[in-house]
Amino acid sequence: MSFDVKAIRRDFPILNETVHGKPLVYLDNAATTQKPQAVIDTIVDYYTHTNSNVHRGIHTLSQLATNQAENARHIVQKFLNAREDREIIFVRGCTEAMNLVAHSYGALHVNEGDEIIISAQEHHSNIVPWQMLCEEKKALLRIIPINDAGELLLDEYAKLLNERTKLVSVVHVSNTLGTINPIKEITAMAHKYGIPVFVDGAQAVAHFAVDVQDLDVDFYTFSGHKLYAPTGIGVLYGKAEWLEKMPPYHGGGAMIRSVSFEKTTYNELPFKFEAGTPHIEGVIALGAAIEYVWSIGLETISKYEDELLRYGTEQLSQIEGLRIIGTAAHKAGVLSFALADIHPHDVGTILDNDGIAIRTGHHCTQPLMERFGVPALNRASFAFYNTKEEIDALAAGLRKVVRMFVN
Amino acid sequence: MTALEAQNLIVQEFSGYDDWEDKYRHIIKLGKDIPPMSDELHTEDNKVRGCQSQVWLHAEFNDGKVVFQGDSDAAIVKGLVALALRVYSHQTPQDIIATQPDFIQKIGLDTHLSPNRTNGFASMIKKIKTYGIAFSLLQQQA
Repeated sequence: MSFDVKAIRRDFPILNETVHGKPLVYLDNAATTQKPQAVIDTIVDYYTHTNSNVHRGIHTLSQLATNQAENARHIVQKFLNAREDREIIFVRGCTEAMNLVAHSYGALHVNEGDEIIISAQEHHSNIVPWQMLCEEKKALLRIIPINDAGELLLDEYAKLLNERTKLVSVVHVSNTLGTINPIKEITAMAHKYGIPVFVDGAQAVAHFAVDVQDLDVDFYTFSGHKLYAPTGIGVLYGKAEWLEKMPPYHGGGAMIRSVSFEKTTYNELPFKFEAGTPHIEGVIALGAAIEYVWSIGLETISKYEDELLRYGTEQLSQIEGLRIIGTAAHKAGVLSFALADIHPHDVGTILDNDGIAIRTGHHCTQPLMERFGVPALNRASFAFYNTKEEIDALAAGLRKVVRMFVN
Repeated sequence: MTALEAQNLIVQEFSGYDDWEDKYRHIIKLGKDIPPMSDELHTEDNKVRGCQSQVWLHAEFNDGKVVFQGDSDAAIVKGLVALALRVYSHQTPQDIIATQPDFIQKIGLDTHLSPNRTNGFASMIKKIKTYGIAFSLLQQQA
C-alpha cells in the first residue's frame, strides 16, 4: 500500500482546527496522539447502541458489550503477540501498570537489601513506584547510566546485575531522547540471572511492531492515548506464570470468585487484576485504534516516521544555536532540543502563536535534564499524519523565536 | 496611583500593538527593564511553584504598602512579572485584595492565566493575593 499522508490526515478531524487563526501544526504526539474518526465513531457507537456493564448481565446488551471488550483484548494480544488473551490486563495507563507490578510483584519478591534496576532514561512513572517500593522494603534502586548520545551503557548494566537483583525495569523508547533501547539484549542479560524484565513501551508501540515473545520480556506496558486511542485506557502484558503468582492490586468487584466475610477467593486471569467496572468504551476504542494502525501497517508507519525524523533533524540542525539532545544511532519519533539560551517556555509560547504545538518543560524526566545540564527542553514529536511542510513551519517558527529573543 | 489606575495605563499602553509579535517584543523588553532581583532573594521560599519556568516573588511591608520584587528565568514570564509588579507593588493590602488582574485578559494574554499546572504566572498572581491577605491580617492585629 502506498502511503498518502493527505488521505491519512482526513481521518483525523482535529487536524482541521486552527489555533490563533493559523492551521494547527500538532507536533506533541509523544504527549498524546490525535484520534482518527474510526476511534471517535467507536466511542459514539458504543454509547448509542451498546452501553452496558461487562461480565455481569445475561441480557443482550451486556453480552454485546462483553463480546466487544473481550474482542479488543484479543486484538491487543495479537498486537503484542502475547501467547494468550489472559496475559493482557487492562489498566488506566503505563503509570498504573508500573504501580501494579511494583505493588504485586514487589509484595512477593522484593525484600530488604534486594536491588531493582532502572535506567537513567526513565520517566518519573518508572522511577517513583520503584522508589516507593524500595523505601518500603529497604531495597536499593540501581541506575543504568547513559552516554552523551543518550544510549544505555550495557557494560555498566552488566556490572549492576547480581543475585540481589529482583527486577529490571527499562523504557523501550525514551520519551525525551527518542533512543530505542536494545530490549532483547537487556532481557537476555537479566534472564541469565533469572531476573524478570519490565518494559515501558509508552513511546514504542505507535512507531514500530512489538513482539513480546520475541523480546522475551516478562512485563510490557503501553498507554492507549499514545496509540490513537482514548485517554484512561492502557495495557499491562505479563507472562501468565508471573501474573498467576502475583497477588491482586485492587480489591473489589469482578476480581473475585467468591466473597464471604471470612474469606475471598480471587478470579482467574486477567480478571484478578481488573477490579471494578472497567473503562469499557476505552477498551473497545483501543481495539479500534489498533485496527486502524493495522490498516496502514506498522512497517509503513515506521518507514514514514523515520523519514520525518531524519528530515526534522536535518532541518533543525541548520538553525543557529540549536542543539539536539539525544543523538542515539537508533531513535524513534522524538526530537528534543535546546535553542541558544532561550527558555523553552518562551519558545513554546511564540510557536503556539503560530499554531505550532510542541512540548516544553522537563518532560517528567528531571534526572535526564540534570544529566544534560538543562532546566527544560523543547520537544517535537511525530506521528504518521505529520508532514515535511509542518516541519518546515516548525523551523520557520524557531527562526522567528531566535530573532525575537537573541539580540 | 491605585492598582486599578496602573492597570488602565497598561491596557492603554498595549492598545497600540495590533501585531502579537510586537506585543510580545514589548513584554520581553519590560522584563529586561525591571531592576535585577538580588541573588539572596532567589530563595526556595520566594519561589513560585510552576512546572516550566521558574518564578520568584519577594514581598516586604513598608509604611502600609506591600513592596514586591520578582524575577523569572523565562523572558516572556519575566515581562508578565514586570506588569504584575506595576499593578500590585507599592499598593495597600486592601487594594491588592480588591483588584483582579483584568489587564491580562484586556491585553489579550489570558492564556497565561490558564489553570494549567505548567503556569508559573497564574501561581504568582495567587501568591501576590495571598500576601495581600496576610499583610491585611497583620495590620488588623497591630
